[in-house]
Amino acid sequence: MVIYILCFALLLVGIYGILTKRDLIKIILSLGIMGYAVNLMFILFAYKRGAGYAILVKDKAVTAMVDPLPQALILTSIVIELGITAMLVALAIRLFEKYKTFDITKIRRLSG
Amino acid sequence: MILPFLIIIPLLAAFLITLISGGRDSWAIVFSILAVISLLALSVFSFLSTGSQTFIYEMSGWKIPLTICLVQDALSTFMLVIVNLIALTSLMFSVSYIRQYSAPWKYYALFMLLIAGMNGVIATGDIFNLFVFMEIALFSAYALVAFGGKAEEYEASFKYAVMGSVSSTLILLGIGILYSATSTLTMAKIAEILPTLDVKLTYWVGAIFLAGFGLKAAIIPFHAWLPDAHSSAPAPISAMLSGVFIKSLGVYVLIRLFFNVFGGVAVFNEVFLVIGAISMIIGVFLALGQWDIKRLLAYHSISQIGYIIIGIGLATNLGILGGVFHLFNHAIFKALLFYNAGVLEMTTGTRDLRQMGGLAKKLPTTSFTSMIASLSIAGLPPFNGFFSKLIIFIAAIQAGRPVYAFLAGLGSLLTLASFMKMQRYAFYGKENKDADKTLAKVSTAMKWAMISLAVLCLLTSLMVIPGIRELTLDPVVAVIMNKTGYIAEVLGR
Amino acid sequence: MKPSEGMTLIVKTVTRISVWLIILYGIYIILHGHLSPGGGFAGGVIIALALLNVLLAYGRGFITRWLNIGFLHDLESSSAAIFLAIGILGMAVGGGFLANFISHGKLFNLLSSGTIPLLNIVIGLKVCTGLFVVVWTLAIFHLSDKGEKQ
Repeated sequence: MVIYILCFALLLVGIYGILTKRDLIKIILSLGIMGYAVNLMFILFAYKRGAGYAILVKDKAVTAMVDPLPQALILTSIVIELGITAMLVALAIRLFEKYKTFDITKIRRLSG
Repeated sequence: MILPFLIIIPLLAAFLITLISGGRDSWAIVFSILAVISLLALSVFSFLSTGSQTFIYEMSGWKIPLTICLVQDALSTFMLVIVNLIALTSLMFSVSYIRQYSAPWKYYALFMLLIAGMNGVIATGDIFNLFVFMEIALFSAYALVAFGGKAEEYEASFKYAVMGSVSSTLILLGIGILYSATSTLTMAKIAEILPTLDVKLTYWVGAIFLAGFGLKAAIIPFHAWLPDAHSSAPAPISAMLSGVFIKSLGVYVLIRLFFNVFGGVAVFNEVFLVIGAISMIIGVFLALGQWDIKRLLAYHSISQIGYIIIGIGLATNLGILGGVFHLFNHAIFKALLFYNAGVLEMTTGTRDLRQMGGLAKKLPTTSFTSMIASLSIAGLPPFNGFFSKLIIFIAAIQAGRPVYAFLAGLGSLLTLASFMKMQRYAFYGKENKDADKTLAKVSTAMKWAMISLAVLCLLTSLMVIPGIRELTLDPVVAVIMNKTGYIAEVLGR
Repeated sequence: MKPSEGMTLIVKTVTRISVWLIILYGIYIILHGHLSPGGGFAGGVIIALALLNVLLAYGRGFITRWLNIGFLHDLESSSAAIFLAIGILGMAVGGGFLANFISHGKLFNLLSSGTIPLLNIVIGLKVCTGLFVVVWTLAIFHLSDKGEKQ
């Protein structure tokens, strides 16, 4: 149970970072932390005590395995996170070109 | 057998555009138009042939709990028709509108990916696959919002991307919790197992999904990204985003999850009603004070989504009929209004209503179609918006909730006031002397895109006639209302 | 701009030797995707990282001469199209989209499990070119910030 709470705390760290940081790059990093927390949560859901990895190996008896599906899912979600990070970094670079700053309190041409 | 093609065709078109047409835009236009026309034909055909049946497509030859399945029922094909219809008109409008930007072929490739993502979200019956397609659609939306390359557009896109990915992370968390509880990702299977589990689980996961998909649908506590993103995007993309994007990713998924998977929990219906009413009223009040024409329209999107959510939240047959009908109508007239705004922006070079005026003579088509769209959105007979709002109104009274009926009427009045202001400042009133006299030309394709939608504004009001309604809207309502039908049909019991 | 072209001689030499080993390892991971941990994505990322190593060590100028970026773009979109084509072939031959229509072969053989190795190779290509092009695009931003449109 404790490990789930710690994992949720990591998620909250990410949310805290997004809400309070003023630097574009730090916001992107906080998004990454949030994503990692959820990925970790998936791995914890798949975990089974005493089970091995879910790959058949030649000349090795089949034993209890952890659930491989969440691992496949987080691989997909990692790819998505990679894409979103690249997208956000590109946008941040473009914003820096336009505004010459990474501070979101100074990037306010749009109202509301 | 049709549904996979609705995802394959746009994806293939997107990759072919980047592969073949690198630099040559004419090929990109040909590919994308062909793709979207075939998509529209396929989706209309599948909608008409489905009726009240359900067809399942199982990917890669595996059977259902092991594979990703695509579900073809009345609701999904209905949404597909809306998406591809608006996509076709948007593409017609884009062809000459997008020439003002650099590298239009990139625009078409992204546009195809956007359609692929939305079609995928609608067609899929697997909750993680839904997440993946949603991300595809969101990625292209972020890129398309920033397509213009101005500072405001990057700012809006960044804001949208950050909020969108926070909500996506929440959705992923919800999917993980659902998976750990039910050990399956097929939505019908989840729906079958959920009632045997603690009801608290449904509440928690429902709350997470409400926040996640509510942000995609831009209902009010989660609306902050919408006015920026929708007003900064190029006009055809604004039409796609406001017309179908927030509905397919937000409202459709909310309906599918909360009615078909969670089985219409009463608490969430109450929540829908409250946030729907809040969105409806606050959205329209925020719109009243706007002078930027696209921001005004964007705030009206929030308000109209409120109507749909109220209709859904009433959870009676009539309420859901009104909600679904309004969803269809709103896609049509909001897309039309954004095209009008696009023409105004292109010809006058400004989005500020105060700097326009007297354009009715110079832009007769735009003025006329925008009048029709304004009357539709404000809910005046005989246009489609009137009938859907009337149905929601009657449904609210029948369900014994006159407060919501009153709020719907009030919202409608305020909408009318707001659009009278838009008409008055943009098309009538005093001509602006300082304005540039050299108006850019409105191309024929753009005119046809606007005219066809204006005609649809009138034609779709025929859907209330019982004979047509039984063919079109009633099967959709039946799918939503039938709580166990989805499970039974998909799992083949 | 000129003096900052690439890093020191030590880095360049180490990169020159190691980059081929890294690429070889990536290919190994891709080809054994159906037998061991890894697969198309992991191997593709490894190859992309090797190319990025060159980009970091030798600078942007060298990599444009060494690699044809336009070709990488084409490779990326064509690998995605090939993936779809394999999927559609599965639809035409049997089962459904992405159905495994080639004989599955013997377990633990390198040439086994039908279309999976093919798909792994295609995904590997897509990921390695895609990731490299993404970082490349981020890297050239700096060049074009003097009012010139990209």
